[in-house]
Amino acid sequence: MKLLTLSPNANPRDQAKSSRQGWRLFALLGVVLIIILILSVSLGAVRLDPGQLWRAVWRYGDPVHQTIVWDLRMPRALLSLLVGAALGMAGALLQGMLGNGLADPYLLGISAGAGLAAVGMLTLGAWTGLVPVAAWAGGLFTTLLVYGLARSQTGLVVERLILAGVAVSALFGAMSSTLLLMADDRVQVALTWLIGSLSGRGWPEANRVAFYIAIGLGLGWSQARSLNLLGLGEDMAVSLGIPLVRTRMLIGLIAALLAAAAVSVSGLIGFVGLVVPHIVRQVVGSDHRWLLPLSAMAGAVLLGSADILARMGSVELPVGVVTALMGAPFFGWLLYQRGHQ
Amino acid sequence: MTSQDFVVEAIDLTGGYGSKSVIDGIHLSVQRGEWLSCVGPNGSGKSTLLRLLSRLLKPQLGRVLLNGVDLHLQKSSTLARQLALLPQYHRIPVGISVRQLVSLGRSPYQNWWEWDLDLADRQYVERALAQTRLLSLADQQVETLSGGERQRAYLAVALAQDPQVLLLDEPTTFLDLRYQLELLELLKTLNQEQGLTVITVLHDLNLAARYSHRIALLSAGSLVALGSPPDVLTRSQLQQVFGLAVEFIQTSVGLQVCPLHSTTDLLEGASSPLLNNHYPFSLSKS
Repeated sequence: MKLLTLSPNANPRDQAKSSRQGWRLFALLGVVLIIILILSVSLGAVRLDPGQLWRAVWRYGDPVHQTIVWDLRMPRALLSLLVGAALGMAGALLQGMLGNGLADPYLLGISAGAGLAAVGMLTLGAWTGLVPVAAWAGGLFTTLLVYGLARSQTGLVVERLILAGVAVSALFGAMSSTLLLMADDRVQVALTWLIGSLSGRGWPEANRVAFYIAIGLGLGWSQARSLNLLGLGEDMAVSLGIPLVRTRMLIGLIAALLAAAAVSVSGLIGFVGLVVPHIVRQVVGSDHRWLLPLSAMAGAVLLGSADILARMGSVELPVGVVTALMGAPFFGWLLYQRGHQ
Repeated sequence: MTSQDFVVEAIDLTGGYGSKSVIDGIHLSVQRGEWLSCVGPNGSGKSTLLRLLSRLLKPQLGRVLLNGVDLHLQKSSTLARQLALLPQYHRIPVGISVRQLVSLGRSPYQNWWEWDLDLADRQYVERALAQTRLLSLADQQVETLSGGERQRAYLAVALAQDPQVLLLDEPTTFLDLRYQLELLELLKTLNQEQGLTVITVLHDLNLAARYSHRIALLSAGSLVALGSPPDVLTRSQLQQVFGLAVEFIQTSVGLQVCPLHSTTDLLEGASSPLLNNHYPFSLSKS
């Protein structure tokens, strides 16, 4: 028991400052999300003007418009936001846990493992309701495999982890392609899956993953303080009461759940998990209490807008192509930055 | 003296990395309010000892007790309220102010659902900032601080934990002479005024002699000597452990060790296993 000798004015000023930035970005992203949702249900082969949209949303007016809004575009728009949120948070969780900005579910092979499991289930056509669970098991197995490959005597080296992830990704990606090509003689389907696409996804897919993604987002946010402590380095985190192995395992599980749920409906969408946390960190710093939820929101914004762009042209692009077109140059810029600082 | 007086005890402690043991059967008891410094040549195992005492490393054999209870039988957050560590290397998070950083020192006292610190926790944070004279820098980003200021900021994190025992791994390594003294003077104040138990690894024998109640001299994973600075830092023991001939100089802050030359005959003497991997020049930089 020690008396507090010096405690004149516990100053909440900077907490307020960080909160202010957080609230500001939160409000901005919230507004943008609503705009994206509106655009996403209005734009497409049949363009709805605001009046037509309004009537269709409230289920009167042209029945064709109602069908377009409620059965075709709305589930897909919501799904793009859910998948983006899951990928954004999964990336923020992995980058925080490993203390390395290059970590993301795609590079670490989690997506490929989840993809292989999902492709296996879907091509067999059995228990499709359990696809997210199977994808999760696949993602988890891959996480452990990559971890096992990367582990060395001195502990965990993130560069080795990413190398192992790339190798495992290549293998599982090839296996997925083979399965898809054998099950279906249309190369088109296999390709869109491996590049990542939301084409033709509707309510069944949205219902299937919404629950898992919601759980994953909540659990992920609950790890904010652990991630803040891990950011001080392993030794300091242990000294501050973090059980290292257990915490890393838990965060890995949650990230795998999120990534796997996303992959099970949309295929392998790259770069969202990598890019989004970097951008958010520029604004709110590395306080994970803000970084995690805002990365989820920004991921939703990125994938939602990418999906709108993917549908704009005369030929619909897989959304993974759009995210790669936007994300890959950013990734290159990141690498360049790291080499020149 | 009863065992109640010991806050940290190492019993037959053996530990290392993989199957290799670096520390070999050490017995050590640290009293409440004591300042113990671990010294020894590079590779003697002093940092490994500190990792064992701070639960970063699990012992291969033996136990470490904190207030009479085995470290590895306690919850990590319970330990974090009693035992704090200032590691040699830490990571600098981006976009975090000094006050936010120091606030993390209160996390062992928070429940997982608590978003922010309560008033009492904030007072501990302010006290730690005041003690490390960081109040004026509290709103700055941690990555903009100088090396000495960063070290103080991380010390403030450990102090915000309000520990009984503070472990430090070569806290002066990256600091210039003035900051070295400043840091140790601050620890001395905390040690004397708050009864904080200090266990530190130090390279610099003179600083160890000046500030410690007792010194533990390690060589090749074993405890060669344990006692008051004049008892441990003797000419024969320093020659045996460091392979150095030394001279003692009386100064206003006590006896100081002055290295003269390495004792070459000892270096060639492969008969002594403890000399195989040690560096007779480790003292020359201090």
